[in-house]
Amino acid sequence: MLMDYIKAFLVGGAICAVVQILLDKTKLLPGRVMVILVCLGSLLGAIGIYEPFTKWAGAGASVPLTGFGNVLFKGIKKALTEEGFIGLFKGGFTSSAVGISAALIFSYIASLIFSPKMKD
Amino acid sequence: MQNTKEKVTASDVVIEKDKTAKGEKYNKYVKDMTPTHNIFKNILNAFLVGGIICTIGQGLINLYASWGAGEELSASYGTLSLVFLSVVLTGLNIYPKIAKFGGAGSLVPITGFANSVAAPAVEFKKEGQVFGIGCKIFTIAGPVILYGIFSSWVLGLIYYILLQLGVV
Repeated sequence: MLMDYIKAFLVGGAICAVVQILLDKTKLLPGRVMVILVCLGSLLGAIGIYEPFTKWAGAGASVPLTGFGNVLFKGIKKALTEEGFIGLFKGGFTSSAVGISAALIFSYIASLIFSPKMKD
Repeated sequence: MQNTKEKVTASDVVIEKDKTAKGEKYNKYVKDMTPTHNIFKNILNAFLVGGIICTIGQGLINLYASWGAGEELSASYGTLSLVFLSVVLTGLNIYPKIAKFGGAGSLVPITGFANSVAAPAVEFKKEGQVFGIGCKIFTIAGPVILYGIFSSWVLGLIYYILLQLGVV
């Protein structure tokens, strides 16, 4: 159990540290970095690396956006196996539905409750 | 390039006639004005904040698993909880403070994605339901979803073709 947390902390932290180096060295905008991470995760999922990595590192691998990309490919693969060709157009949204829906729904509710704050 | 040690001011750049020297002075001016951060401190902060967020995620997943949820269901509820927490912290203006300290540590986890959805939703509510919240909510989420869905579709197509050819 304790090992779960140590691995999550070290692996998740390490991924963020690497991205921080990328941000500092290249002046890439955060939005671009997010897109890169999701596409990279999807690629690493497709070549069969990310899933074993997630099994080992737990939330350290699944919480970063690369994990989100991996989930997208995993969903497509599952839908392809179960339903054939149509799965290509189905699996991605199915597997990412919880994250995307939650972000949109909670954010909309937040926009009703909260007012914009002054930036400091 | 005389006086390279001295600070270049904006007026130096403007009054410089020679084009090459003007370019050099401008570059130096930009370099002087860009705030420099201690890169090692940035990396350490990103490591700490990202590590802590992932550890919280692990704690939530373990909690839901201990309540009897299977592996996938615990992961889904873990994502749901992290997104919820991030949106609340964004609304309370706490997440921007975490982001200022943690840099990539707050950007890379799924909470960074949720923050990028919630922040413009709150920020642009004055511009209206459709063109304010409705459009701006996808400012970052739109590209992430588009390229995520498209790249996984391409990879899925390749996988499908290899499947048909009996390669995998």
